[in-house]
Amino acid sequence: MAKLRLDWDKVNQARDAAKQIAEDTYNYTQQFTTTTVERSICRLLGIDGVDAMDVPLPNVVVEHLAAGQLLGYGASFWLGQASISLGKEPQEIAEMISRGELDLSQTEPVDPFEIRLWAEKKAEAAVSKIHHNRIIREEKLREYGDKSGPLLYVIVATGNIYEDIIQAKAAAKQGADVIAVIRTTGQSLLDYVPYGATTEGFGGTMATQENFRLMRAALDETGEELGRYIRLCNYCSGLCMPEIAVMGAFERLDVMLNDALYGILFRDINMQRTLIDQSFSRMVNAAAGIIINTGEDNYLTTADAYEEAHTVLASQLINEQFALKAGMPEEQMGLGHAFEMNPELKNAFLYEFAQAQMARQIFPNAPLKYMPPTKFKTGDIFKGHIQDALFNMVTVISHQRIHLLGMLTEAIHTPFMSDRALAIANARYIATSMADFGDDIEFREGGIMEQRANEVLDLALDLLQNIKRDGLFRTLEEGKFAGIKRPFEGGKGLAGVVLKEEQYLNPFVELLMEEARIGSLRYHQYKKTEQGENYG
Amino acid sequence: MGSGLYSTKKQDLDTTLDLTRLKPYGDTMNDGKVQLSFTLPVPDSEVAVEAAKQLAAKMGLVEPMVAHHAPLDKNFSFFVVYGSLSHTIDYTHIHVDSVDVNIMTMEETDQFIQENFGRKLRVIGASTGTDAHTVGIDAIMNMKGYAGHFGLERYKMIEALNLGSQVSNEDFIRKAVEFNADVLLVSQTVTQKNVHVQNLTELVELLEAERLRSRFLLIIGGPRITHELAKELGCDAGFGPGKYADDVASFICEELAARKQYIS
Repeated sequence: MAKLRLDWDKVNQARDAAKQIAEDTYNYTQQFTTTTVERSICRLLGIDGVDAMDVPLPNVVVEHLAAGQLLGYGASFWLGQASISLGKEPQEIAEMISRGELDLSQTEPVDPFEIRLWAEKKAEAAVSKIHHNRIIREEKLREYGDKSGPLLYVIVATGNIYEDIIQAKAAAKQGADVIAVIRTTGQSLLDYVPYGATTEGFGGTMATQENFRLMRAALDETGEELGRYIRLCNYCSGLCMPEIAVMGAFERLDVMLNDALYGILFRDINMQRTLIDQSFSRMVNAAAGIIINTGEDNYLTTADAYEEAHTVLASQLINEQFALKAGMPEEQMGLGHAFEMNPELKNAFLYEFAQAQMARQIFPNAPLKYMPPTKFKTGDIFKGHIQDALFNMVTVISHQRIHLLGMLTEAIHTPFMSDRALAIANARYIATSMADFGDDIEFREGGIMEQRANEVLDLALDLLQNIKRDGLFRTLEEGKFAGIKRPFEGGKGLAGVVLKEEQYLNPFVELLMEEARIGSLRYHQYKKTEQGENYG
Repeated sequence: MGSGLYSTKKQDLDTTLDLTRLKPYGDTMNDGKVQLSFTLPVPDSEVAVEAAKQLAAKMGLVEPMVAHHAPLDKNFSFFVVYGSLSHTIDYTHIHVDSVDVNIMTMEETDQFIQENFGRKLRVIGASTGTDAHTVGIDAIMNMKGYAGHFGLERYKMIEALNLGSQVSNEDFIRKAVEFNADVLLVSQTVTQKNVHVQNLTELVELLEAERLRSRFLLIIGGPRITHELAKELGCDAGFGPGKYADDVASFICEELAARKQYIS
């Protein structure tokens, strides 16, 4: 592959700064848990379903604990105590709470050591369920073989899961490799996860565990027909990051959007809340072998893509370090970036190419997620199709992995079946026609592209050093990302942040990180046998 | 396939432009040529091609030609169709309700405000309801603007406050009162199942219930917004695609100046 000559000292300094930023933020957030972290623990412990008022049982349990000021000990602690003293499963306990038959603060005290043993046993069972799903994915990928080159990623967004399935199957047959089910507008601000199959939504479909299951089964069926593994993507972002991560792990999703910074900036979710949520949700994603997608591309839809390119790189480096903190290996870090420059800008293609190439080189093992033009799509579908073609070229030449296809009808409507087919045909044409182009060219030393990449790197390093000095929270307060300012105590969900007590219990952390570590070893072992001497 | 595109057959066309009988133009006046594409939920086959042709004929296309067809899935097929439209429109009798103002540059606007109001005009904007998209409101308000048209934040004589996305109508009104706004800008990007109509109706009703409607100039914008729709919903103006900050600012100036005159 052709390489830009980057200043690697600066890359290393930038990475070190990002590491310190992630460390400082992590140390702060580790003092707390949140309502959705505890609900996700309820889910991992087997609690599911809704009460008579359609309130999800994990919410019933956690609200009950919060009302009694008990949440700082962790849901595992109280469920363990009740389970041991009453001889009942967490699900039965949750149902009793929902009927008003049980007050967890009144259950008979049990030796904390006993509770810990109980929790560890339960946690092992949950993690083994996640492990099982992971093995199924690995086996299917080995049986069918995984695609090399960009994975074609398309969205379905009808609002009705059954209609989504029709569209998703058609897209897979046309050549899509990843199907993302867009969530309904506003779901990210719900502080609970809806239950069951859903047929109503605006601009997307509810993320529910049943909808996940239905789509997974449909894509497995089509995958079998085609002899390809079709990856399924959904969204962890919002007020329920870790809970949706658990649902994704249970239903074998393959890719999940997971980015607290995105929630802070674009959904006005409180920064403390969502950074705590992100930490646990990434552990779950990591253990499940799910590739996360981060949302840096969105910065460029509000701020200028040329002027603010360095904020993307800075954020990618921070996201990388947050992911590492959660035990996530590089091969699961789908760091985001985008092709969003003004098409009227002279040499925009060169700048886009330089930035995409730079990201590829700085994160050589990450399955980067590259997003298509949206901001300068006008409704002129003919021009739009060409904008997408230029984007597809950069994707193929610079070897991006998750290739989110642009739609010629962007800015008009959510994609028609035919829009998706045209987008896939466009991408496949370019992938075939330019397959080895990136390996057959060299970048001119000190040329426009090398200069551009190093300029972005310089600015990103400056920004990261400033953030390191001021802290991530203050940086967000000052509006350094996407030009959006967010107060430390502002935004949605702060009330769900709870200080951990000394006896706080979460039996999952170590088990999930171990599962992620072993899974990554297996991945590299397999790649080694598959690729022989070419590996690494 | 496609031979008809290069047909040299002489057509009996009156090639003078008659605005009372307006038709699409391909390469010859009054040839009526149009292109369209659509998907049919049936397998790609000769029967499907014939179905596409017959549909085109029902739309009023003479000599419809299926230039391209391909399967999208086992039971779905895609068509690109050309034909000559038989329908005509009397262009001379069309009435459109649009925002009709003299567009001023940023400098002219600033000067106009200085001269006519002697103070800064206060504009508050948001993407309201569950809509998470800020593209529209940002294009109009952000300093940087969009496609070379600076946003309202750059105007010296406009105090602009952009609240971003997912602002509830209640919060929007409360903030507008606090900000002592002259103008409310509402962007609606997600329009699936007409959620924007519902949301805007609610905003107008809330304003009226609190007797605040006449206090503000209420302007809406978005991909599916027209001036006509805006009027129907009880707003003062609506701006659709291709409108920029200067269009909005010019309207604000003219309308507020006219109201001022009316009051004094």
